[in-house]
Amino acid sequence: MSGKTEASKTIRQLIFVVVGMFGFGFAMVPLYDVLCEVTGFNGKTAGKYTATEVPDVREDRLVTIQFLASNNADMPWEFRPKVRTMKVHPGKLNTAEFYARNVTGETMVAQAVPSVTPFHAAEFLHKTECFCFEQQRLEAREDLDMPLRFIIDSQIPEDVKTLTLSYTLYDVTEQIGLATN
Amino acid sequence: MSAVIEELHHDGHHHGPDKGIMRWVFTTNHKDIGTLYLWFSFLMFLTGGVLALGIRAELFQPGLQIVQPELFNQLTTMHGLIMVFGAVMPAFVGLANWLIPMMIGAPDMALPRMNNYSFWILPFAFGMLLSTFFMDGGAPNYGWTFYAPLSTDYAPPSVTFFIFAVHMMGISSIMGSINVVVTILNMRAPGMTLMKMPLFVWTWFITAYLLIAVMPVLAGVVTMMLMDIHFGTAFFNAGGGGDPVLFQHVFWFFGHPEVYIMILPAFGVVSAIIPTFARKRLFGYDSMVYATASIAFLSFIVWAHHMFTVGIPLAGELYFMYATMLIAVPTGVKVFNWVATMWQGAMTFETPMLFAIAFVILFTIGGLSGLMLAIVPADFQYHDTYFVVAHFHYVLVPGSIFSIMAAVYYWIPKWTGNMYDETLGKTHFWLSFIGVNVTFFPQHFIGLAGMPRRIPDYALQFADWNMVSSCGAFLFGFSQLLFLFIVIKCIRGGKKATDQVWEGAHGLEWTIPSPAPYHTFTTPPTSMKEAHG
Repeated sequence: MSGKTEASKTIRQLIFVVVGMFGFGFAMVPLYDVLCEVTGFNGKTAGKYTATEVPDVREDRLVTIQFLASNNADMPWEFRPKVRTMKVHPGKLNTAEFYARNVTGETMVAQAVPSVTPFHAAEFLHKTECFCFEQQRLEAREDLDMPLRFIIDSQIPEDVKTLTLSYTLYDVTEQIGLATN
Repeated sequence: MSAVIEELHHDGHHHGPDKGIMRWVFTTNHKDIGTLYLWFSFLMFLTGGVLALGIRAELFQPGLQIVQPELFNQLTTMHGLIMVFGAVMPAFVGLANWLIPMMIGAPDMALPRMNNYSFWILPFAFGMLLSTFFMDGGAPNYGWTFYAPLSTDYAPPSVTFFIFAVHMMGISSIMGSINVVVTILNMRAPGMTLMKMPLFVWTWFITAYLLIAVMPVLAGVVTMMLMDIHFGTAFFNAGGGGDPVLFQHVFWFFGHPEVYIMILPAFGVVSAIIPTFARKRLFGYDSMVYATASIAFLSFIVWAHHMFTVGIPLAGELYFMYATMLIAVPTGVKVFNWVATMWQGAMTFETPMLFAIAFVILFTIGGLSGLMLAIVPADFQYHDTYFVVAHFHYVLVPGSIFSIMAAVYYWIPKWTGNMYDETLGKTHFWLSFIGVNVTFFPQHFIGLAGMPRRIPDYALQFADWNMVSSCGAFLFGFSQLLFLFIVIKCIRGGKKATDQVWEGAHGLEWTIPSPAPYHTFTTPPTSMKEAHG
């Protein structure tokens, strides 16, 4: 008799583990995002930056920043940085622009996703304004200059002489359609 | 088939098995269910093997001859899925069903009805998976690892059937594992302490925990895919704020323990066979248990070594490299113990022993290429080449599958009451041994030379070794028909087996009559002297 209750106790514990691990699979999603944002793993940049103190500008140092723009698989838009390379002083606020044009005959919505190389520089790139913070909606054949304002942290490691900020443009028209319908 | 197996249990006393096909549909007997699992896995082994021969036929010569790239991708994907989930895993579950109750002196598995369900889910899961070959857009073509976005944005419509098939396999595995754990924890005969259990029981105990921990994660990742495909979420879609690399992390968090799920029971089988034919006790029983547990623990913390090239920070690569290499320590303990068991033993080389010794040697070769792959800077060259294919086939084919064949030869006299044909068995072994090495050893060379995996065509300099490899594959594949013949011949008759079967065999399963009666240990055994060799 006690064997039966022992068994059902074991079963209950095991089912609890099963449910817990199913949940853990999903918990890996936010855990991964947090880990990437905190550490800059994977070249992920953080969200909108608000300066907490007056930045100390490193006039003695110049860092080269390269801009890359590419389209995801079927994205037909024209998308490119207006300036390909800038030399900037860490701590100083800079502005760059990206150009996008919807070459199709239909209204489309796009989302740009940033990535920084080398990865350990990602957390030192602060964006105060970026077109990647929101989705871009362009009518047929409409074009747009999209602003990017950023500060390279004056604490950026000395070994980083050049960093690359790359944007990939995704077509999210359908997902938006799903959301509004 | 059922008529043939009917003879298996012809002298069951008390309540014998029901008659006819319904015996197999409704059975709750652990021996019947074990038999069902083993036949099912053999059927899947042949199915996956036919797909593999399709791949090797196309790769026999450079250029596209037999299958087009679209179908080739489906062949590689389905070969992997069917061999992993349909052949290797159910075969070990079948062995667990047959052997665990007999080894621990229990009358049956703890949850017999659920045992029946976990088996009968499988034919439907694989029926659904195989039906995708006949659907518009074809079967899954994104590799057995089904990386997003290949398996989401770019997948054929049949992906939804794939997802539900994986869910069903997962439910089956989880139910089977719960059954194993509950049986081992609650149904051991009096005096059978945990540290007296045969190693096959120990390795399955640990494997069952691995399955319970990671199959739900697999269920989670395919559920996320389902939501991305049908419900507009963006878990793996960067455009919507997700990340395709996340898929690989979640997948390999399941996937790495999964590869140990496919090898730990094999360790248990080999640890039973080698002492029998060396006529010595297993060297270092306790260290075997601890080594198995260590491997299981380490399997959870090394998953990113499958993803060195996705762009992981240096510190991460170093950590995963060293953690992976650490696995060689407990594995080395095991290999050492097997060799030490054979040392100065009075060895004979019956078929199970031949397969077990081949396992130790060839699995070690596969382990060494695994160590090479763990070296981060070298991995950038080896990644996604035939070197990886050679590595994991060495640990899976002469590893897991040889151990399953060894187990069948070793225990089939107990299951059927008849000895198998030793000459044919040895012929089967040597054909398989030669076939497997001719198939996979050259893949090391073409892999190091740069041939990528999963591609239906290749550069001319790889032609010779590919031809050799394909010849070996056909030799290995057709040898398995001999295995089928030997098993059927043994079921139908042959020299009668004694109760102990093998001169050096120890353990509770060798104390009961051969063939094992339909019900065993309805009263628990009293002496534990025979517990493990």
